[in-house]
Amino acid sequence: MSELPSLHVRVWRGTPEAGDYAAYEVPRYESQTVLDVVSWIQQHLDGALAYRYACRVGMCGSCAMTVNGVPRWTCRTHVGKVAEDGNLEIGPLANFPVIRDLAVDMDPFFEKWVKAGGVFHAGATRDDPVAEIDPAAETRQIADAGIECINCAVCYAACDTVAGNPDYLGPAALNRAWTLLNDAKDTGRAAILEAVTGDGGCHSCHTMGSCAAHCPNGLNPLESIAGLKRAAARSFFGKGS
Amino acid sequence: MGEMRLYMAQRLSALVMAPLVLGHVAVMIYAVQGGLSAAEILGRTAGSVGWVLFYGLFALAVAVHAAIGLRTILREWAGLGGLVLNAAALAIFALLLAMGWRAVWAVTFSAGAAAAAAGGGA
Ligand code: SF4
Ligand code: SF4
Ligand code: FES
Repeated sequence: MSELPSLHVRVWRGTPEAGDYAAYEVPRYESQTVLDVVSWIQQHLDGALAYRYACRVGMCGSCAMTVNGVPRWTCRTHVGKVAEDGNLEIGPLANFPVIRDLAVDMDPFFEKWVKAGGVFHAGATRDDPVAEIDPAAETRQIADAGIECINCAVCYAACDTVAGNPDYLGPAALNRAWTLLNDAKDTGRAAILEAVTGDGGCHSCHTMGSCAAHCPNGLNPLESIAGLKRAAARSFFGKGS
Repeated sequence: MGEMRLYMAQRLSALVMAPLVLGHVAVMIYAVQGGLSAAEILGRTAGSVGWVLFYGLFALAVAVHAAIGLRTILREWAGLGGLVLNAAALAIFALLLAMGWRAVWAVTFSAGAAAAAAGGGA
């Protein structure tokens, strides 16, 4: 195992104002993930390294970083797939304020999630009968696909429109809005359409699909946003929903 | 709903432009085939309600479409926002429309066009 040549890893330390990449040598193992590399540095070389993770199995969405220039979920990114000649450059996620090292401030991301109408609009109470949902219905299938989002913000970091327009709600928040719009139990259709057609809403998307190309969970926010644009156009021309 | 209106206006102006572009290109190809002179072209456009409507609408659609597109670019690449952004977009719209309509006016109603028409466009 340890016969493998070690990795040359550069990790961002500090803030954008006062920071730089620091170099580390890390032993290479079979089936090693990028998160394993970061954790090894933190445990063996530099205990002050700030980074974030929780589940380590691709469910919590907290471990995303920029790996050799590409946003990725680090817990499920194998070193063997991304290291270039044994070199790894690991930085904080793009399009976010950096708190320190690899930890970014996710607040803007989740604030936009709310701003896009992404909080469930309940129409029933516990006293009402449980809603009957047909799993085969087209809208349910769309909602089922969108609901798989783990809020990792990889798409948000990959989106050039987010980089250029700080008000843009971004792919994940809009994908959430589209999910709720297709959820038969959500009663906030008008509120959602209002929220996603304002400044920085779905119409700011340039449809280039970086989000879909980078989503580690195989979601397609680009398609969700196109759906929102269609729904918005229909309601614009007064054809109801 | 501001962004929504701009988005729809840009799509609708594209819809208007598509057939006009084809018409324009067709006319260009036809016009240069037989080596039409400027005077001959002016002879046909002068006083023509049809061409005024055709190119007047074309220039309007271009001004709407381009101003909205440039507004997006100014926002994302130049970081403009708020009033400055909208004022810049309006200025671009007004400039394009003024230039376009001035040209339409020139080939239809101006003294030169009238003279060409009077000369029979020969
Ligand atoms: S398709 Fe839209 S949301 Fe996705 S990366 Fe491009 S601009 Fe961003
Ligand atoms: S859509 Fe994909 S990339 Fe974006 S936050 Fe959700 S899981 Fe992550
Ligand atoms: S640590 Fe939870 S998704 Fe990577």
